[in-house]
Amino acid sequence: MLLYLKNFIKSFILLDIFKGLYLTGKYMFFKKSVTWNYPYEKSHISFRFKGEHALRRYENGEERCIACKLCEVICPAQVITIEAEQREDGSRRTTKYDLDLSRCIFCGLCEEACPVDSIVLGPNIENSTFTKEELLYNKDKLLANGDVWEVYLQERLNKDSKYR
Amino acid sequence: MFDFIFPYLPHSNLLDVYIYPLVFLTIKLILAMLLIVFSVAYLTWIERKIHGAIHLRKGPNVVGPLGLLQPLADGLKLLLKETIIPSQANKFLFFLAPSITFVIAIIAWAVIPVGEGLVFVNINFGALYLLAVSSLGVYGIIIAGWASNSQYSFLGAIRSSSQMISYELSMGLIVLSVVLFVGSFNLTEIVLFQKEGWFIIKLLPLGILFFIVGIAETNRHPFDLPESEAEIVSGYHTEYSGFAFALFYLGEYANMILISSFTTLLFLGGWLPPLDIAIFNIIPSFIWFVLKVLILLIIMIQLKTTLPRYRYDQLMRLGWKIFLPISLCILVIISTYITFSSYISVK
Repeated sequence: MLLYLKNFIKSFILLDIFKGLYLTGKYMFFKKSVTWNYPYEKSHISFRFKGEHALRRYENGEERCIACKLCEVICPAQVITIEAEQREDGSRRTTKYDLDLSRCIFCGLCEEACPVDSIVLGPNIENSTFTKEELLYNKDKLLANGDVWEVYLQERLNKDSKYR
Repeated sequence: MFDFIFPYLPHSNLLDVYIYPLVFLTIKLILAMLLIVFSVAYLTWIERKIHGAIHLRKGPNVVGPLGLLQPLADGLKLLLKETIIPSQANKFLFFLAPSITFVIAIIAWAVIPVGEGLVFVNINFGALYLLAVSSLGVYGIIIAGWASNSQYSFLGAIRSSSQMISYELSMGLIVLSVVLFVGSFNLTEIVLFQKEGWFIIKLLPLGILFFIVGIAETNRHPFDLPESEAEIVSGYHTEYSGFAFALFYLGEYANMILISSFTTLLFLGGWLPPLDIAIFNIIPSFIWFVLKVLILLIIMIQLKTTLPRYRYDQLMRLGWKIFLPISLCILVIISTYITFSSYISVK
């Protein structure tokens, strides 16, 4: 009986509704919006993030890749195609390094397999295209990516080196 | 309003008596209608902004500064879209229904005094007229549900009409209590009677009751069963698109503003300032009115994010078993009080 009376009074003075209004009012006036205004503001990306691929160079401009084909072998989606030849100065380099980004699953195994830290996954996530053909990357595109992101990639590898 | 231009116009008996009043009235009506449509458009903007703030989002902010042009963009989109007519629908009734809803939401504004003397027609039965017009709104909804020939629309229409009918009873009783207390149906007199104290405090539970019943009457949250998305796609306007849908939308939001201003007139002292002091009296009366209506609208919008939807039987129970007895009791108490107080004062 007492409980019944209590509930009756509680619902009659709209206690629960006012409590709810107080809560939403608190959110409305005193909490800041958590939205990232995406194309203008970008959220933080971890150094371990695996985005668009890049092929790196040594400091003297020589490309790192030695055409060992470990990445081609380990790639679970069989995305990478490499052809290699001996260059005139006797070093072994790739003549073709194709990467089909439309099938890539961004597992990062190629990066882990690489003995010379040549192929690395960068932070770029804005690599959507209008046609599928634009996602078939060749060696020039990958090397250009490496030139663009070199500073970031170096830092990424340094931070990750103690866990490898 | 047009007094300043009147001396410069050509004059003759015919022009002065018949043509000019008609032209001026038409201009005034068109202006008022544009104002209502404009305020409805920006009410949707306010609603989306408030919902965004409560959800910790930003709301519309791309079209124009602060997203202020978003309602215009939405309106343009709705106008340019194709209106799809279901093949089984009755075409005449299908287009009659949204026009009825829209027209009824507009004509109710004829009697609402938005400021001191700012009213189209100051008739003696303003409160009664408003009650009648808001009851007529159910026709648009039930015709829409019937003419679309779809189960969801039909269910929504039935729910809506039964809900509006059951809540209208207590709404009428509450308005009647206020009218008894004032002794007049005239909205201006009801407002002026509140100079000593607003009715929301004087007749305490009535104002809150009226607001809740008004929310139920406009099919807003938490009483928006006619449009509950989870059960019946979107109720009576499931089959509508394009301009017909825009008319429904405008009608619904215009009704929201209407109920808020009705509550303001009856219980929050209309255009009267909160205290009768000089600083408050300098501010034009319609600004007070708009401010009060805006506060009620914001509470209405906030309720939408706060509360879950009622179940259908709960809704009916609330209407018939709680609101109706309470409002009936209050009516009896007020009439008894009035009878005895007049008896005492005569003595």
